[in-house]
Amino acid sequence: MGRNKLSRFKHLKRVFGAGGLIIILATVLSACNLPAFGGYKGATAQGHDTHMLYAWLVIAAIVVGGITLSLLLWAIFRYRKKSDTIPKQFQYHIPLEITYTVIPIIIVLIVFFFTVNVENKVDAVSTHPYVKIKVTAFQWGWNFDYPQLHVDVHGVTLQNPEMVLPTGKTARITLVSADVVHGFYVRQFNFSRYAQPGVVNVFDLTVRHSGTYQGQCTQFCGLYHAEMLFRVKSVSPTQFWSWVHQEQAEGHSKVVSQLPSPVVKVRSTNSRTKI
Amino acid sequence: MKVEGVVLIGIGLFMAVVSVGYWFWSGEPSGTAMLIGAVLLGLLPGGYYYWWAKRMKPRPEDRPDSTIREGAGVIGSFPHGSIWPLVFGAGAFLFGLALAFGWWFLPPALGLMLVAATGVTTQSRRGGTI
Amino acid sequence: MTLLEEKQLIPTEETKHATTEHHEPSGLIKWLTSTDHKVIGKSYMFTALILMIIGGAMALIMRLQLTSQHSSLLSFQQYNELFTMHGSIMIYLFVGPFAFGGLANYVVPLQIGAPDMAFPRLNALSYWLYLGGSIIMLLGFFTASGAADFGWVAYAPLSSAVNSPGAGPDAWIAALVLTGFSAIFTGVNLVTTIFYLRAPGMTMFRMPIFVWNMLVTAILILMAFPVLTSALIMLYADRHFGMDIFSVKGGGVPVLWQNLFWFWGHPEVYILALPFFGVVTEIIPVFSKKPIFGYKGMVFATLAIAALSTGVWGHHMFTTGVVLLPFFSLLSLLIAVPTGIKFFNWIATMWRGQITFTTPMLMCIGFLITFLIGGLTGMFLASPPVDFQMHDTYFVVAHFHSVIFALVLAAVGALYYWWPKMFGWYLNDKIGKVQFWLLFIGVNATVVPWYILGLHGMPRRVAVYKVGMGWHALNIAATVGADITGLSFLVFLLNIYLSWDKKVPAPSNPWDGTTLEWFTSSPPPTHNFTRIPPIRSERPVWDFNHPDAIAISAHSQKAPLINGAPPGNGRATNGNAREATISGSANSGTTETVESD
Repeated sequence: MGRNKLSRFKHLKRVFGAGGLIIILATVLSACNLPAFGGYKGATAQGHDTHMLYAWLVIAAIVVGGITLSLLLWAIFRYRKKSDTIPKQFQYHIPLEITYTVIPIIIVLIVFFFTVNVENKVDAVSTHPYVKIKVTAFQWGWNFDYPQLHVDVHGVTLQNPEMVLPTGKTARITLVSADVVHGFYVRQFNFSRYAQPGVVNVFDLTVRHSGTYQGQCTQFCGLYHAEMLFRVKSVSPTQFWSWVHQEQAEGHSKVVSQLPSPVVKVRSTNSRTKI
Repeated sequence: MKVEGVVLIGIGLFMAVVSVGYWFWSGEPSGTAMLIGAVLLGLLPGGYYYWWAKRMKPRPEDRPDSTIREGAGVIGSFPHGSIWPLVFGAGAFLFGLALAFGWWFLPPALGLMLVAATGVTTQSRRGGTI
Repeated sequence: MTLLEEKQLIPTEETKHATTEHHEPSGLIKWLTSTDHKVIGKSYMFTALILMIIGGAMALIMRLQLTSQHSSLLSFQQYNELFTMHGSIMIYLFVGPFAFGGLANYVVPLQIGAPDMAFPRLNALSYWLYLGGSIIMLLGFFTASGAADFGWVAYAPLSSAVNSPGAGPDAWIAALVLTGFSAIFTGVNLVTTIFYLRAPGMTMFRMPIFVWNMLVTAILILMAFPVLTSALIMLYADRHFGMDIFSVKGGGVPVLWQNLFWFWGHPEVYILALPFFGVVTEIIPVFSKKPIFGYKGMVFATLAIAALSTGVWGHHMFTTGVVLLPFFSLLSLLIAVPTGIKFFNWIATMWRGQITFTTPMLMCIGFLITFLIGGLTGMFLASPPVDFQMHDTYFVVAHFHSVIFALVLAAVGALYYWWPKMFGWYLNDKIGKVQFWLLFIGVNATVVPWYILGLHGMPRRVAVYKVGMGWHALNIAATVGADITGLSFLVFLLNIYLSWDKKVPAPSNPWDGTTLEWFTSSPPPTHNFTRIPPIRSERPVWDFNHPDAIAISAHSQKAPLINGAPPGNGRATNGNAREATISGSANSGTTETVESD
């Protein structure tokens, strides 16, 4: 009886061990083509890195969740009441408890390692971006300002203003808010960032495939939050420049004077910060 | 008493490690201030309990072998009921209304809370029912 | 007022005389003036349930709105008010107060063998503050400006006087100040009760896990709620006295609000969750006929969750760009470890048990599965890049609804479990099972479409959504799920009515329960106990009823020492893991108990 139980626990340990091994193997064999798992594969280079992390997390979650759920269901079906005998009242099994403390710690550390890795890639800001864009979110619309090019795109709610980017090139986005907290989010980019008063957020977007991507404010910002839409249109660099020249010719460049200029305190992510 | 103290001191020490780490890693003041608050919340009562645990005999509930009879004696005074919490709550309710709807709710709010505070104190002193 | 002496546990001629002499007021007066923790606990639970029905109705209206892309059922303003109030009611007024105000109030003194909470009148005040706060929050709907409409998180500067003028938001703040004080008082009360009013022999490491979890919850309340209450007072000062704490124009820092709010907000998640972890830890062993596996690991896991949860508020702010990502990410991921320990302990408790599937047990299994989904998706959100992807989409909504629905399952389980104790009659188990299936299927049918919606990029808190984004069908599916969830609560109300109509009286220990509350009558008398069994483990009632089945350590593989006195009497307080092997003495079991006549 006792022997049998001991071997049962050993068997359990093996199951746990195998789960951990699968995860380690999976992460080591970081293959490049993973299914989308319901998400987007990332239209930007940054978003693709995020997607890879997401996909591996899904795999890890399926393995861990699968093992846990099967143990749970096994316990439920196997040990439902069969007689009135009182089962053995065991309460502690230190090696088993240590096992299921240590294995999660290892999994967590692996996840953390890859998280930091991807996080650094996503948050990296290149020194020489191809184009710089200042994005100002306001109630309820968006302003895309290309300060070096003297182009300015402005639109409210369902006007769905369009930010044009050159495909394959790095665009530096400087994100600010004119009033309350907004969220800059494009679903295919797997990326969102708050536009906040008093904070300047800087990040890079390197779109991989040309196309038009629908974006939307994600952080609730008041009455017309649901309609605070924008689009990102990525075109080849040649088309990008012809768009710029056309805009300049049409005189769309204007200073949006009615927008209060936000307080600017530049900071970089991942460093010692003071807000 | 000792375990109670150790639990709180343990939480306090953990939060101390976290707040030191947080301060030196982020330098962000508001979070550090709140974490230090959490440290004190662990250490102050924890230290108090531990200090007493060192200076008193273990209570019956601290000893694993004590019998129910050992707990005999006065363990506290438990009223069957009291009107004053309701009165104080009504005052606080009016105070909340004052915050939201206008200051004219304030005099009755403060009045009720004062009456209730007085009532509950005299009630404790007299030791009578209700 | 009675000076309660422990002697009263042994009713003698005098004490009997004393009890009969005291005449109890009845009816409404009794309810209004009662300081009995059982009355207050029940008041808390039913107030919270009524608020849950109100908040749930709001959710159903919102779900109805979202079944169509351009629904005109609600205006934007109405929708914004509804989701703000839905979140506020559920988080501030339902789950938390139900757990630490209701269940804890009712169960903790009973489980530790105490006559009442340590400060009965403060306890009553907590309830009145909570009730007053809840009423004020609902009064927001009747103001000229409507109820608060800035989300339950009230991010500055959207919550400023300029962006959200009117009395509705002020009512929201006032309500939360009152309920905040209520929570703080309850926290103080619980800690003091657990530290000072335990029965003799009930050492800290013999407290039921539910009591441990409530202790840790109370400590978390004391750490977190003062921050929220002071932040709300700052917000109020900002709105009315021009303090400019959270406004850029006056030199303030808006992000400070997020820091303060989430410093309360994340511990709050565990303030909500830990009590129900405790509930599950009570119910599973009883219906598996086994002691909780890894009692000490359970305690340390609870403490670890609490300690870690105070250092993870930044994971709600990953996308602000002003928090230290690796720090918050690591601590958040680490919470999975103690949570995992708890989870495996629950499974190991069922392992080789004799499981009976009563409604409370089914609810706990539903909790485990739903919580597993919520926990695993939490891992995604603890990883900053993936959080950038999911933040403020329906994925986040689905994640925390998975967790909170799991808690709701546990809460309903707790009601079915302690109902006979509270009222002396059962809730119908058959209808309970129907409710379980409706609730379990309903909540998961709600959240699973939400996860996919989140991955497809649907933002939260939107009253309408763009055509052609592929969100329509999933929203309809989620609405169907929400309706099933709603239906399950109608079944619950029906069950309460039918069970009340044809009462099946419950004995004092209907489930073969193991903890002290099952030793006293159902419902318990004023001041709870007329007798208490000897407390030699965390299962005094089990030890008393099953002297031949004392808990053993599976690790030692030795026969339990029941009769022989272990070396050195072997009853060290803070013990190694094997202490439980030898705790409990069958011989002394009956002799020490003083039977009432």
